[in-house]
Amino acid sequence: MSIFILHHVLTVGTIHYWLGGWRPPWGIEYVVDGLNAYVLVLILFLSFVAVLYSKRSVEHEVEERKHVAFYTVFQLLVAGCCGVVLTGDAFNMYVLSEIASLTAYALIAIAGGRALRASYNYLVMGSIGICFYLLGIGFLYSVTGSLNMGDLRILLPPLYGNKMVQTAFIFVLIGLGIKSAFFPLHIWQPNSYTYAPSAVSVIISTVAAKTFIYALIRIIFSVFTLDFIRSYVGVDIAICWIAAIGIIVGSVLAIVQHNLKRMLAYSSVSQIGYIALGIGLSPTSGWGLLGALAHLANHAIMKGCLFSAAGAFIYKYNLWDIRDFEGLGKKMPYVSAAFTLAALSMIGVPPSTGFATKLFLIYAALQATEIFSSAAYLFVGVLLLSSLLNLVYFWRVIERMYFVKREERNGGERESEAPLSMLLPMLLLASLCVVVGILWLTPMPLPLIKDALFELGVEAVP
Amino acid sequence: MVELMTPLLALLCPAVAAPLILLFDKKPNIREGWTIAAGIAMFALVLSMVPVILQGEVITYTFFQTLFEGVAFGFKVDAFGLIFALTSSSLWILVSFYSVGYMRSLEEHAQTRYFFSFAVAIFGAIGIALSANLLTMFVFYEILTVSTYPLVIHDQSREALSAGRKYFAYLLPSGVFFLFAVMMTYYLTGTTDFTNGGIPALGSAPQLTLVVLFFCFLMGFLKAAWMPFHSWLPTAMVAPTPVSALLHAVAVVKAGVFGIVRIVCYIYGVELMSKVDVINGYLTLGLALACIAGFTMIVANLFAIAQDNLKRRLAYSTISQLSYIILGAALLVPDGIRGAMMHIPFHGFMKITLFLCAGAITVVTGKKNISEMAGVGKTMPRTMLAFTIGAFGMSGIPPAVGLISKWFLCQGALKMGEIPELLEAREILFLFIILAASLLDVVYFFPIIHTAFFKEPEGAEQEVEVQEAPLFMLIPLTITAVFSIIFLLDFILRLNILSMYIYKLVEIAVENATQPLVI
Repeated sequence: MSIFILHHVLTVGTIHYWLGGWRPPWGIEYVVDGLNAYVLVLILFLSFVAVLYSKRSVEHEVEERKHVAFYTVFQLLVAGCCGVVLTGDAFNMYVLSEIASLTAYALIAIAGGRALRASYNYLVMGSIGICFYLLGIGFLYSVTGSLNMGDLRILLPPLYGNKMVQTAFIFVLIGLGIKSAFFPLHIWQPNSYTYAPSAVSVIISTVAAKTFIYALIRIIFSVFTLDFIRSYVGVDIAICWIAAIGIIVGSVLAIVQHNLKRMLAYSSVSQIGYIALGIGLSPTSGWGLLGALAHLANHAIMKGCLFSAAGAFIYKYNLWDIRDFEGLGKKMPYVSAAFTLAALSMIGVPPSTGFATKLFLIYAALQATEIFSSAAYLFVGVLLLSSLLNLVYFWRVIERMYFVKREERNGGERESEAPLSMLLPMLLLASLCVVVGILWLTPMPLPLIKDALFELGVEAVP
Repeated sequence: MVELMTPLLALLCPAVAAPLILLFDKKPNIREGWTIAAGIAMFALVLSMVPVILQGEVITYTFFQTLFEGVAFGFKVDAFGLIFALTSSSLWILVSFYSVGYMRSLEEHAQTRYFFSFAVAIFGAIGIALSANLLTMFVFYEILTVSTYPLVIHDQSREALSAGRKYFAYLLPSGVFFLFAVMMTYYLTGTTDFTNGGIPALGSAPQLTLVVLFFCFLMGFLKAAWMPFHSWLPTAMVAPTPVSALLHAVAVVKAGVFGIVRIVCYIYGVELMSKVDVINGYLTLGLALACIAGFTMIVANLFAIAQDNLKRRLAYSTISQLSYIILGAALLVPDGIRGAMMHIPFHGFMKITLFLCAGAITVVTGKKNISEMAGVGKTMPRTMLAFTIGAFGMSGIPPAVGLISKWFLCQGALKMGEIPELLEAREILFLFIILAASLLDVVYFFPIIHTAFFKEPEGAEQEVEVQEAPLFMLIPLTITAVFSIIFLLDFILRLNILSMYIYKLVEIAVENATQPLVI
């Protein structure tokens, strides 16, 4: 318990620290700008929420003797993620992301049983990914002699034509792509999300996954910069195509799942496709990167809420399968409401977070028509189609929870909610789905966006 | 331009009522009290905007500026929006009373969910009426779609659930088309505001883009139930009758029609609509829309004749009547638009009367099919009288107000025939369609009246007792029937009572819609 309190203090303390000033001198290599301050707030907030949630959930799903280990490893994971976000050094990023990954493997494995295999699978894939990354960094070092991101940015432009640099870019892309489960490099992900303890699913799908996406964005835009992508013809549209296919395939795979957590995992594959699409569109339209960054937060909030609701169903009734969900809306009204709200947000019903992302990305794709011509209309179509597919798999769940009459099996089931410490984080996230969604539409986040986009070399959008 | 909070306040009424309804789950009287209080407050607020609009002003209220430059999330009340807002808010009060009677007599389950969803749906409908641009409209449009779903599947039977699925299968993809069209409009012009006479910058876009965009908008407004994408509406009739009455005769479907008129008159503009070719030289956008509407009017009426379930027959009649409105706008002449705008409130009042009567018959006798209704006119004389008035109105026969809107539509069709470039045969085509459709209206409404009043129920020899629906239900349907007549008297005799405002509003709206582009 003391660990829990300690963590709480740490979390709240750090947030205050960020609020104090934009550029605290954290040693030479640690740089905090608009972008990573934003991501830092996001992951620390979510890990705070997750730790609140995990207390009861872990008691239920993990053996008691492992509790201390769980919280210790959990903290290491958060520390590793923070490190990745804050560091300004490419090699340091490698070290810290190893810390984050290793702890993630351990957390998944803590559930035992099938989770061990999932974790092993993740371990193998993750190690391959990180090797790719390391090789990429190695190439860069051999060409430029520097590992500092700011330095690299200055040293690279004359070398854009160099095959070594281009290979390094591809390696880094693949490496971090595996880590952040970009389609088609996602194969480790569904099993890990499904068999991990619920609290771990929450934290991995939000904090860890988003950290690696951040790392990818950071490397692409701060180290290689947009000029490189523009000079390396075809790479941007290739990313878009892969992302578009990923969005559709992820959604279709989600539709065929019966296990709720597995369905959510595949939906993550598709949602990360949104982010990838945003990145791919960014050379032609600043709205693309904005959409990607916005979806980073939006998806974390929505998925966190959905996974914690799924965890609550398991906690209370041991329900994994969507087909057994009849009448849950009556039995657990608040959890179901939170789930519904987050699901609507995933579908993109206004004024939720998902809607804001969709707006940004569609507009980005429309602007990209000037360069990609008709392919960009296809991307618009993909975005729109995917929201319909989201509807199909989420509505199945909602319909079962609320509207399908269940045969009276063991009559007289009373309303019985999840414990408060699980419920509160969930409701907080659910309400954020709407609040943040509205915030994205207002000019309120404008200074943040300007700062973050400026750092990444994208012309300010609005 | 007047900057006022009133639109926001009006919207807040149902928005505040909705959570209150949930809170008072266990106390039905207080719960329904909130619904009705919100309805009255909202109607008063909407009404208070009438004098300002009549002076030719426009009320605007900007909620906030969005990240997209040139698009604010805000409200703009002009005459046309106000007509729709007035119709839905006044009918909401009546239907709320009616719902109380209906739900309690049938001892329905999940009444809290019902009233909650109803309030949210009205929130969406009023939002659509008052919104200043396409983006705002889209937000409320989706809210309306989602909030109606629990109402459609209220029964929770297998049939209701599949109706709900069908409802979503049609309307959410339609929302997707709408969203694309909104973003495309923004991409092309840099604004999505409703502008009198159309957005000028849209005219410079390529022809093909404009055609595709228009059909995306049309797909987006599937709520207008134009054929062949209409089948969600008859299926949705499994909902409780007040839902069918207010939402599927007024708020939801009218939102679709309202949207189409908005697109025709305030986004594309009359001029552009008649300039853009779909097929070279033969078919302009306006004509294409008119053809779709004309097709729907005739075919839907033929379908209606074949229905035995009263509510389904009314649903097909709604589909046909909605296309009157679309046709009116598509004629692109002032008289046509005038008829279309008038038909929105008038059809609302008449159709709601018919649905309320259908519901009252179900509550009292349990009968849903027309073939079983022999002798209902004797047991429920007042209800059937109201029904008869509504049916007369639908067919364009006095003493109900359907006559007037149809008169203007016919005038519009004639005027369009006078435009010289058009081919000879088209001159009277649409006039013919309107008249034929009205004739078909008669064909399917009069058998109902005949069965109810003049057919003897089988086997029942003894004197039937008069047995009316509960007062909660009877009074609203009487009011709507009476208003259907008052509207007409008002127009002919110039009585100048309250309802005269509708005509004045329509005049202003027509003037706005057809005024030439000011650049």
